[in-house]
Amino acid sequence: MTTIETAAPPRVISVRNLWKVFGLKGERIPNSPELAGLSRRELMDRTGCTAAVREVSFDVAPGEVFVVMGLSGSGKSTLVRCLTRLVEPTAGEVVFEGEDILNVDKKRLRELRRRKFSMVFQHFGLLPYRQVLDNVAYGLEIRGTGRAERIRRAMEVIELVGLGGYEHSYPDQLSGGMQQRVGLARALAGDPDVLFFDEPFSALDPLIRRDMQNEVIRLHHEVGKTMVFITHDLSEALKLGDRILIMRDGKMVQCGTGDELVGAPADDYVRDFVRDVPRANVLTLRWIMRPPRPDDVLDGPELGPAVVVRDAIRVVLAAQKPVKVVQDGELLGIVADEEILAVVAGPEAGS
Amino acid sequence: MATTTTTPAAPTAVAPAPQPGPRRQLGRPLQVVAVLVVWVLVWLATRGRDTLSLSPADLTPLHRWLNDVNDTVGANRNSSPIFLYFFNEIRAAIDALVTFVQALISQPSFGRPVPVLGWLGVVAVVAYICWVFANWRVALLAAGGFVFLGLQGLWQQSMDTLALTVAAVAISLLFGIPLGIWAGLSDRFHRLVTPALDFMQTMPTFVYLAPLTLLFLIGPASATIATLIYAMPPAIRITAHGIRSVPRAQLEATDSLGATGWQTLTGVLLPLSKRTIVLGVNQTIMAALSMVTIAALIDAPGLGKTVIKALQTLDVGTAFNAGLAIVVLAIVLDRATTAASARVQQPARRGGLRRLLVLGLGALAGVCCYLSYTYVWAAEFPDGAGVGSALARGADAVTTWAQDDLSTATEAVKNIVTFALLNPFQALLTGSPWWLVGAVIVALAALLGGVRAAVTAAACVGLLIGTGLWQDSMTTLAMTIVATLMVMALGVVFGVWMGRNRHADRIIRPILDAGQTMPAFVYLVPFLALFSASRFTAIVAAVVFAAPVSIKIIADGVRGVSVTTVEAATAAGSSTWQLITKVQLPLARQSVTLAANQGLIYVLAMVVVGGLVGAGALGYDVVAGFSQGNLYGKGLAAGMAIVLLGIMLDRIARSAATHLQRT
Repeated sequence: MTTIETAAPPRVISVRNLWKVFGLKGERIPNSPELAGLSRRELMDRTGCTAAVREVSFDVAPGEVFVVMGLSGSGKSTLVRCLTRLVEPTAGEVVFEGEDILNVDKKRLRELRRRKFSMVFQHFGLLPYRQVLDNVAYGLEIRGTGRAERIRRAMEVIELVGLGGYEHSYPDQLSGGMQQRVGLARALAGDPDVLFFDEPFSALDPLIRRDMQNEVIRLHHEVGKTMVFITHDLSEALKLGDRILIMRDGKMVQCGTGDELVGAPADDYVRDFVRDVPRANVLTLRWIMRPPRPDDVLDGPELGPAVVVRDAIRVVLAAQKPVKVVQDGELLGIVADEEILAVVAGPEAGS
Repeated sequence: MATTTTTPAAPTAVAPAPQPGPRRQLGRPLQVVAVLVVWVLVWLATRGRDTLSLSPADLTPLHRWLNDVNDTVGANRNSSPIFLYFFNEIRAAIDALVTFVQALISQPSFGRPVPVLGWLGVVAVVAYICWVFANWRVALLAAGGFVFLGLQGLWQQSMDTLALTVAAVAISLLFGIPLGIWAGLSDRFHRLVTPALDFMQTMPTFVYLAPLTLLFLIGPASATIATLIYAMPPAIRITAHGIRSVPRAQLEATDSLGATGWQTLTGVLLPLSKRTIVLGVNQTIMAALSMVTIAALIDAPGLGKTVIKALQTLDVGTAFNAGLAIVVLAIVLDRATTAASARVQQPARRGGLRRLLVLGLGALAGVCCYLSYTYVWAAEFPDGAGVGSALARGADAVTTWAQDDLSTATEAVKNIVTFALLNPFQALLTGSPWWLVGAVIVALAALLGGVRAAVTAAACVGLLIGTGLWQDSMTTLAMTIVATLMVMALGVVFGVWMGRNRHADRIIRPILDAGQTMPAFVYLVPFLALFSASRFTAIVAAVVFAAPVSIKIIADGVRGVSVTTVEAATAAGSSTWQLITKVQLPLARQSVTLAANQGLIYVLAMVVVGGLVGAGALGYDVVAGFSQGNLYGKGLAAGMAIVLLGIMLDRIARSAATHLQRT
């Protein structure tokens, strides 16, 4: 996991104060401080409008997997659709590679969709009357690629997602997981800069879901695309996401790496959310170390601050002395048996 | 005086705002009963006064004025610019199309004593088309059906009907499918077009014949336009529905790939709604066939004319023979298009063998066409099979037997319904003063449907009085209501049975489906045989015509009640009767009201057609208007009265349904 905290981070997508309000005359709400301050419920009662996305801002770095997480109705699916204007945002800006896509005309938007973005959907959105091959090649067909070229490219991607041999099947002959592989292949075929995933695996069985998550991780290693991933499943978010944005009622609650969410939840909502997460798998030593006390013996083994607790358990428990957490030769803190046990056995028992 | 105090009382009794539920639900039926009781009491006191009766030959100033309009239009048809450059042009274009199709298959043409394609050619082409778009079984059925038409001695009439249907369907689809696509894509256009379509479809087919003859004269052009009006709405509606029900997922996916509007339409919307659109074509064809036969009233050529002539002379044999031909035509067209729509969705298999067969059989059909163009034996259907006259004689014999030997049974049924139900009800409606009936209707509308329904009802009552045909309208209303009650009784019994029992559903549903594809007219024939000409015959025909719709809607509603709810009720120890009355029917009540609504519209359409077989009242006025010049205006007014009745009943039923839903 990489945390990007340099002074001027490079970004592919940069979202500022994004609003989406459904309902009549929704555009007045972001401009009115009074209305914008209301809760979703009050807004509904007062104006009959639903604010699906409210004042959301974030940046996505190149090659990053950025996860937006929230329960159903939190506005996450609307948010991702706003990014490609499948849903027209009400206010704010979405800058993609230096261009505010909310201001581009239809033609340019189509061009962006054909070359730069692609999306994988929860319900796949495959065309039932086309074979896998033609479904995968569909995006290329739309942008006007010649038949021979698009078939060559489609076969390549079909191999990449592990569907070799199924290119002449029809979607209804495939299982859900395989259909989603077709959706994935279709998105990859156009060689886009950014991939958007809208809860792509929610409709799949748990086992298939795990396979597909691993598939995405593998693809991310192989093709290195920037990905924006929507999910309602925290473990999926933690597994895939470099950074995670948590949404509630259309607002962002917290945005950070997985260990930040678990280690320092912004409020009770997030705390509640991450309660059942196996903390040892997520937290790094940075979150559990304590400053050395005068009576500590400081000649134990050394570990980096980004080491996940789970991987440190054996070392810490085996060592007779506390483990030193060291970065660039500087001692940041120490971790002893107590700290490890507090994580493994749960916070209440520990403190 | 008594009524003027009850009527205003009624709305205020409903209006009191959100009282807790139980009180209201208990209250309303009681209020309805109270209104009815008051009606009967006042009727006893005021019977026979202010009934606004009008004898069949009498006219009101409105009717005379309409006659004058007719005369004026007739006089100016060839001078007024609206006619010269608009209506006459349309008529000429449609006439040309119809004449062309007739020249191909039914009428002597191009200086030849026979049409271009003789029977052999037509049978070969129809079978070939059925095979290509559907399957070989349908092709056989079509060939057999068409040969049977010839054997019945009705080849030319059948081809006339087919020609008119084909022309009307072609125009309907030419405009209907693009409009449907538009309505599917644009919410605004959809909102705009839906009420218009509702209106076109709820209007009994019968009534727009007269105004059309005013504009387009009597003949094939008016018949085709009337058919268009009736047959285009399903094409528009179902195409729009197909486009609208394309899953969002596919649309979004296509959008996200950067497709243009045209690419989305051709790549996703049309392919994914193709099957639904073909179903729309099926509905359009069936509607057109049904209307083409009715349009015989305004001199459309074909089988309908044979049926009407026979009905008017009470010649059951001939009517049966021609009716049977209509049924055969309907079955062939229905099966062929249904099978074609089932084929559509399968991915096309382009085997080399099939391509060879397509070419080979196409050539064979071509040869048949050539033969039928060149040789008399293949052009004119050989006479002398005598199947038609044998059928007519058989039907006559059965009729005589039924009327002689079954009369005790049929008379009994007829008398029970007539004397126990129809007569008292009709006496109540036609014998009450107009203000009493009007007040009762408005009060019931207010109670059942709320203020807006009451306003519509009041307007309709006022306009009905304006038509000058109040008493005839009340007679028709009485028949309509009696028939609707019977339809609903059948609908609930069979609907619940079918909804609860898959086995029953499997057996009954195909029969109902078949029943629905028959043109309205055909139903009159067997009941004319059984019950001779009377109001009861019209009512029974209407019930049989309308029942399938209501039964199917209720069955679907009962089936649609959630399984968990039924399971929960069963687990609580409900008896079957309790299950039906306390769970399934109440939960399906939206379907029940919809069924009542649809049943009403169908019944109204048919009760009017019943004017042909002695049902009298508005139906008779309309039919007489077609045939006698001085009754033209009255016929037109009767048509309006039918529409008003339809709108009134439809609105009350609809708002009652939404009202019910809210409580």
